[in-house]
Amino acid sequence: MIRYIFKRFLMMILTIWIIATLTFVLMNAIPGSPFNEERTSNEAVQENLERHFNLDEPPIVQYFAYLKSIVTFDFGPSIKKPNDTVNDLLARGFPISAELGIISIVVALFSGIALGVIAALRHNGFIDYLAMTIAVLGISIPNFVLATLLIQQLAVNTGIFPVATWQSPMHMILPTLALATGPMAIIARLTRSSMLEVLTQDYIKMARAKGLSPTKVVIKHALKNALMPVVTILGTLLAGILTGTFVIEKIFAIPGMGRYFVESINQRDYPVIMGTTVFYSAFLVFALFLVDIAYGILDPRIKLHKEERG
Amino acid sequence: MIPINKILEIRNLHVTFSTYGGEVKAVRGVDLDLHEGETLAIVGESGCGKSVTANSIMRLIPTPAGKISNGTIRFKGMDLAKATDKQMRNIRGVDISMIFQDPMTALNPTLTIGTQLTEGVRQHQNLSKKEAEQRAVEMMNLVGIPNPHERLKQYPHQFSGGMRQRIVIAIALIGEPDLLIADEPTTALDVTIQAQILELFETIQKETNVAIILITHDLGVVAKVADRINVMYAGKIIEAGTREEIFYQPKHPYTKGLLQSIPRLDQKGEKLLPIDGTPPDLFSPPVGCPFTARCPHAMVVCEKVYPLRHQPTDSHYADCWLYDERAHTTNLNPKKEEMT
Repeated sequence: MIRYIFKRFLMMILTIWIIATLTFVLMNAIPGSPFNEERTSNEAVQENLERHFNLDEPPIVQYFAYLKSIVTFDFGPSIKKPNDTVNDLLARGFPISAELGIISIVVALFSGIALGVIAALRHNGFIDYLAMTIAVLGISIPNFVLATLLIQQLAVNTGIFPVATWQSPMHMILPTLALATGPMAIIARLTRSSMLEVLTQDYIKMARAKGLSPTKVVIKHALKNALMPVVTILGTLLAGILTGTFVIEKIFAIPGMGRYFVESINQRDYPVIMGTTVFYSAFLVFALFLVDIAYGILDPRIKLHKEERG
Repeated sequence: MIPINKILEIRNLHVTFSTYGGEVKAVRGVDLDLHEGETLAIVGESGCGKSVTANSIMRLIPTPAGKISNGTIRFKGMDLAKATDKQMRNIRGVDISMIFQDPMTALNPTLTIGTQLTEGVRQHQNLSKKEAEQRAVEMMNLVGIPNPHERLKQYPHQFSGGMRQRIVIAIALIGEPDLLIADEPTTALDVTIQAQILELFETIQKETNVAIILITHDLGVVAKVADRINVMYAGKIIEAGTREEIFYQPKHPYTKGLLQSIPRLDQKGEKLLPIDGTPPDLFSPPVGCPFTARCPHAMVVCEKVYPLRHQPTDSHYADCWLYDERAHTTNLNPKKEEMT
């Protein structure tokens, strides 16, 4: 197990390095510079600024300086927000983004699984059709459409919820709903179909033949097996929720990391682009690693490491 | 051997399944008796209703498609056909246990053997984890699994097919049932393992005096362990008798056909005789004897009227017109009214 984690860790570092390098290449490939808009600055000022941020160096030198900043986790000051370092921005934005993302994935997981299980147990009944209708709607409506609809109906027209920002639990409901509905629908459909398959298995009949209660049969025997496909797509869903937070944060004016990420690209704020990209990718890569570990816990047949023969 | 206490009595059991194509009459009036410590084999080809009969006793027919439409299943004075789900849960695993055909799929791959062995008794008898594990170890010793303590912590994929079937048997026996239903317990196993498992059944019966219903299509298996044999065809028991009676004095042409179609070591070089044709369609089962279409001795009456019971001894009967006294005197064509 330790060997596996070590190997995975090396792979994670490699992945992040590739992402970082690609970001650097792409960033240098797009035209424009952080100082393009500043009409007032004359050439001398611009040169001074470029020197200050090491932008006058050849790309290869910049690249190594940048790799060094990743390793030391010190991305330096933002070009556009001279009072803040990139680390300040991350420290300010990440807790909020993480809150939104984690609440959403938890809501999506629990409601999706519950919906899927109920639908499977009432197969071809009214509840099944209702749950699957909700699921199809959830999959078909993009989160930004859902977000605007929710704001229009539940905030502007009826005033039940606040329109935007991120302050109290009431503020969190609409963004979470907008972000979690899509993944929830996918999880519900997947849980239902794999649950239906598992329920026909011999070991379920065997569990019933032992005289176990229906709840025990479903929770202990069926659900654990039915959740394998859900765990498989959890990685993809996490990536989806992560990119979803950019959009949702923008719509609801939530001061999370997503805003800095999008702004920094528009303004060519190189240190912030680098910092946020590496941070996001490291987060996702680590989440995927946790998903793989979860496999091994759910299904003992999946060996994460080579076992000594015995 | 005269068994004393009757523990199971099935009368006129009918089971139907509603499908898109219509209603399948899978079991059509089965009568069955089972006594303490006895092994009863139900023999028949695929689709004859033997598994459905077994599942009816456990009330494990898939609902809502399947249902017991008529008949009684008396077990210890209780009619299982009408028992509530809760009553059934207290019977399953405690009074009646079941063994399934394929040990590769009958065990949950994500739970340890120990959990799967003990969860039944822990629920029904409120044993502590330790007591339950102690029982599990005893059971594993009984069914012949070495190193039971270590094995408890392992998962099904770490066991071979034969070992898994032993585990399945141990799970069935841990609640000390009075009746064990084994649905094709050896079909999915290698021949050498089959023999071991059958011997295991004999040992278990000697030690626990459990009554066994053995469902199989393999007459070789039956010959080894069964005390009595019921031959099933198209949802009915068409012949029943002791092992000796069925093997040495079969009455029904179907039973004779079955016996001719198994290979025997003492008749070298003889060709096996298959039974021509296929069983009837159970959407609209024939009114008369269901075997008529395949029977070499079929008479006109066979097609029209279900045969009266021919009972050569107390323990032996066959539903066949051939043994009716009129079969040879009349023109093999009795009027319908006379027969009903």
